[in-house]
Amino acid sequence: MSPSTSSSTTTTGAVARRRRPRDQRIKGKGLRAYVAGVYAFLFAPIVVLVLFSFNDSKRNATWKGFTLKWYDALFHDQPVLDSLWLTLRVAIIATIIATVFGSFAAYALTRYKFRGSGLYNGAIYVPLVIPEIVFAVALLSGFNAASVGLSMKTVIISHVAFMVSFVIVVVKARMSGFDNGLEEAAMDLGANEIQTFVYVTLPFMLPGIMAGALLAFVLSFDDFVITFFNSGVGNTTLPLKVYSMVKFGVTPEINAISVFMLLVSILMVLASYKLQGGPPTVVVKDKIKE
Amino acid sequence: MTGTPSSGETEARASVILEQHAGPLSRAMARLRGHNFVVANLLMGPTMLWLVLFLILPLGVILVYSFGSRGTYGDVILGFSFDNYLRAFNPTWLPIILRSFGFAAVATILTLLLGYPLAYFIAVYGGRRKNIYLIMVMLPFWTSYLIRTYSWIVILRSQGVINTVLMWTHLTSNPIEILNTPYSVILGLTYGFLPFMTLPLYASLEKLDKSLIEAAWDLGATRFWALMKVTIPLSLPGIIAGTLLTFIPAVGDFITPDLLGGPNTMMIGNLIQQQFLSARDWAYGSALSFSLMAILLLGIFFYVRKAGAENLA
Repeated sequence: MSPSTSSSTTTTGAVARRRRPRDQRIKGKGLRAYVAGVYAFLFAPIVVLVLFSFNDSKRNATWKGFTLKWYDALFHDQPVLDSLWLTLRVAIIATIIATVFGSFAAYALTRYKFRGSGLYNGAIYVPLVIPEIVFAVALLSGFNAASVGLSMKTVIISHVAFMVSFVIVVVKARMSGFDNGLEEAAMDLGANEIQTFVYVTLPFMLPGIMAGALLAFVLSFDDFVITFFNSGVGNTTLPLKVYSMVKFGVTPEINAISVFMLLVSILMVLASYKLQGGPPTVVVKDKIKE
Repeated sequence: MTGTPSSGETEARASVILEQHAGPLSRAMARLRGHNFVVANLLMGPTMLWLVLFLILPLGVILVYSFGSRGTYGDVILGFSFDNYLRAFNPTWLPIILRSFGFAAVATILTLLLGYPLAYFIAVYGGRRKNIYLIMVMLPFWTSYLIRTYSWIVILRSQGVINTVLMWTHLTSNPIEILNTPYSVILGLTYGFLPFMTLPLYASLEKLDKSLIEAAWDLGATRFWALMKVTIPLSLPGIIAGTLLTFIPAVGDFITPDLLGGPNTMMIGNLIQQQFLSARDWAYGSALSFSLMAILLLGIFFYVRKAGAENLA
């Protein structure tokens, strides 16, 4: 990736260089400072949450000393633990369904050329582009029209509906780097379709499937808007719990839950990127280079 | 679906041979071989079924509801009138809708002003650390939007970080009201959607041939004019994609105005939520939702016709 930046000065002569904007390094410093500011803006709120989750003060934003008592309180707060347990169950079940369905679909879309694949390719982007609130109220209306009572099941169904597209996108990206010759070679060496799939294709897909599953899990774990409309009474997932607590005011316990949730998301996304070999745009770019 | 008769014949013969030698499962697979259409549709089946049942049909339901009216008990009386769509232009609601588009537009411009230099920096000066810089932009995108919005309450509220610092330094004697104003909502939207803007910008700036910028410099362009005449026009697909990806969720957002705003900063997302949950006028809520989606999808449609779908991803 780096050669493109350094090559700029070597390719041109000294005369040409004189006419260029003077002293690019200093200009670069201005940009650097600005970008540092933007990063500070991105991370300041997160840093504030982490700091105040350890702050020994109930009400104010002044530092009163380090404490772990808010985290301790969290682990003894039964409603919060119940919410966490519900959130995990929903996320795990929805992730399994979305990952299986999404992997099938991604395999079909990359390994076969068939009539209607263009339509399918378009259809999987619909959940990604419609406003979340419209998705949420449409599901609520749909359940209502079909006289389906809201429950944990409707939450899982709704989550799968928006997660499956993310899984497909991630697994498709992985499959686009697949060499069809490998399958043909396996067949030539006497493997049947099932053996070829199990020993050649599936192992290649697996990092993509895992990466997609991790991202899907994070989406479900953090989802607020769609869950808010489709959970019914008593199915309070962790984000819904946080929301109702925030409505009553800022407390250090909310900061502690927030930090916990941020940590879960960040660790899973980093694991997912690791499996994908870098953040998605970098992966795509490397593919083009090959 | 099958090719020429002769190739179909050989395939059939091949599957007969396979059937004699393999187990029932392989036999089934062999029969399916050459029938890509069937296999592909079987594999697509569960996903498409899910999307039809839990996305397309529900959207159909709100379309039907949107022509109905509110019953006495908050139920929907089906009908066929455009009243709900016309109600959006009522002086009570029109400001909310205009405000949604206005706030989203301002936030989109702000994310562009913050995100463009950021994306440019990563693409041009990123070097070996490019991946780390990118991940640092993407991580907030993948963390809970609710929590990222909440964190601004901690910062902006009257006993929050900013006011504590202001009062401690005696710059103000009383806490200044930042929360529940248009400023806090726009700030929240800008913060929330900055990654949505930055990533497509990066994708487009990364593809840009840097020697074109150098050529502009060599031909005597100042840094500013090289940026205006070369870099920005060439990264236009990224700018448009980023604008769409920021603007669409920002218009429909309801967490930010709900948590960081007050009654005077209500946006269309809050209005939809209100109609579905407290006012229980689902017909009107459906009309609002459907028009919001239709306007935004039309925007995407015209963009895709113009710039090509590949630039969206």
